[in-house]
Amino acid sequence: MSSYPEIADKVMGLDEAVKRFIRDGSQIAIGGFTVTRNPMAIIYEIIRQRIKDIHLVCHSHGQGLDVLIGAGCVKRLEIAYGGNGRYAPTCIRFKKAVQRSEIEFEDYSNYQMSLRFLAGSLSIPFIPTKSGLGSDLLNYEGFPKEIRGRGKVASKKFSLLQNPFNGEDDKVVLLPALNPDVALVHAQYVGEDGTVRMKGLTFADIEQAKAADIVIVTCEEIVPRSFIRLDPDQNSLPPFFVDAIVRVPYGAHPTACYTFYDYDPKHLNLYKKVAGDDSLFRQYLDEWVYGVSSHEEYIEKIGAAQLMKIKANPVLGYAVGLDRK
Amino acid sequence: MADYTDNEMMAIGAGRFIKDGDIVFAGTGVSMLAATAAKRIYAPKAVIFFETGGIDPVLDEIPMAVADLRVMSGTALNSGLIEAFSIVGHRKLHTIAFLGAAQVDRFGNLNTTVIGDYWKPKTRFSGSGGACDVASFASGVITFMQHEKRRFVEKLDYLTSVGWYKGGESRRHLGLQRGGALAVVTNLCVMRFDENTKEMYLAEYYPGFTVDKIVENTGFPIDVSRAREAEPPSAEELRILREEVDPQRLIL
Repeated sequence: MSSYPEIADKVMGLDEAVKRFIRDGSQIAIGGFTVTRNPMAIIYEIIRQRIKDIHLVCHSHGQGLDVLIGAGCVKRLEIAYGGNGRYAPTCIRFKKAVQRSEIEFEDYSNYQMSLRFLAGSLSIPFIPTKSGLGSDLLNYEGFPKEIRGRGKVASKKFSLLQNPFNGEDDKVVLLPALNPDVALVHAQYVGEDGTVRMKGLTFADIEQAKAADIVIVTCEEIVPRSFIRLDPDQNSLPPFFVDAIVRVPYGAHPTACYTFYDYDPKHLNLYKKVAGDDSLFRQYLDEWVYGVSSHEEYIEKIGAAQLMKIKANPVLGYAVGLDRK
Repeated sequence: MADYTDNEMMAIGAGRFIKDGDIVFAGTGVSMLAATAAKRIYAPKAVIFFETGGIDPVLDEIPMAVADLRVMSGTALNSGLIEAFSIVGHRKLHTIAFLGAAQVDRFGNLNTTVIGDYWKPKTRFSGSGGACDVASFASGVITFMQHEKRRFVEKLDYLTSVGWYKGGESRRHLGLQRGGALAVVTNLCVMRFDENTKEMYLAEYYPGFTVDKIVENTGFPIDVSRAREAEPPSAEELRILREEVDPQRLIL
């Protein structure tokens, strides 16, 4: 760790990052989108440390969301979409948890959730949009009344307002800002100075990170200051937003990480096979999460041959010709 | 028997709506096929983009989710969700969105959230994602449906994405300035919406299917007076779809 003097106080292991910054009941935003750049390594560590009652806030999520819910870590969920491409049109454990009334949930749309993070990042209390007018997103409150206005739960889901500037019948939807306790981001690069660089699509990761009280960044590589400062147009977050940095190669597996590796069809198919059955899913967690002591051990189980198959072409960004069935 | 599949006919039926200059919002599944096919066959100057922020990717390989790395490769720009939604509703752009749904009603309103009670559902689906947003903002929405009575319903279990709302001028009165349902493309036919009432009507039935079969499988009365038989996919359309768009048969 001493090889990065500028960020020596931020560089740590997964276990320490979770122990220091994540509590039972924390409100957490996870980065990425469905099959891509989910911060899986730290999600597995959260499960291993048996964190409970998480209040998860997300737009569209797949694997990270589903494993966290399946492991029983999530009590409360604000969400736009739970799906994992062709491997799970609807996330399997998410679906079960809602159908069995095991979690409290609130539906929004992707744009609405992104705007809520944006509002949080701008330190404004709410934000207007036209999205959702006429839809049942504005007719159903998912969260029970008794938790409204407590802690990080807004006193209501939304509010309708007439445009105050044109005097006409012109409605807008006001959405409450989000300021999560913790944002988890998996990035390709962090500089020795703490600058974060995400490659490919950034989704709402930047807004989530700026909105959160604590930001934990896991990354594929820690790179020299000279590299990250050479082309700053490509950087995503300045160092002062970041509280913890964990170098975890393959930290998004089995989701994809642009220019590093593709999603892992073999593992996602395995997950699809087991996630629908409670006891098989329990065995899956025992084998792949509780049963490994570190992400290195998990990656060793995935195996070199599979990692070579999903290795991305660094120019095109994905694994060309990968069998994705 | 026709020598093409339902998904092939649907992708081509929807792809034919796209014109050069359109900005096409693609979701997952058949909509990805339709968007890619449209650009390769009918509208090379259309631009495909994704709600995740990928704008005009090369699409040498078909993405199987909107966050697939393939939507980031060779793009004009890789951005994020906020930027993507600034495109969907942009006043200068003609944006056409492809969506899928579990249920649709006669005004093209869509349900992708839940079947049964909202809090204690019989079946929970993925939820809105960006569907509610594009339905609010895009110039037009084309929806893919399996044509079954339980999916074409009088009343949605949950209205996730607004089409023509309650018909007539009701969408505009909600405060939505443009857009609305353009078509519903099913495995049997293409439905469109009446200019005045905004009610769904049968526009084209695919070769080999009767109007009666479509009426039977629709859970509300539909006007069939304007129906005509659809042009089947040509050999060239099928070749491009099979050999260039989805050779791995991930969606086909």
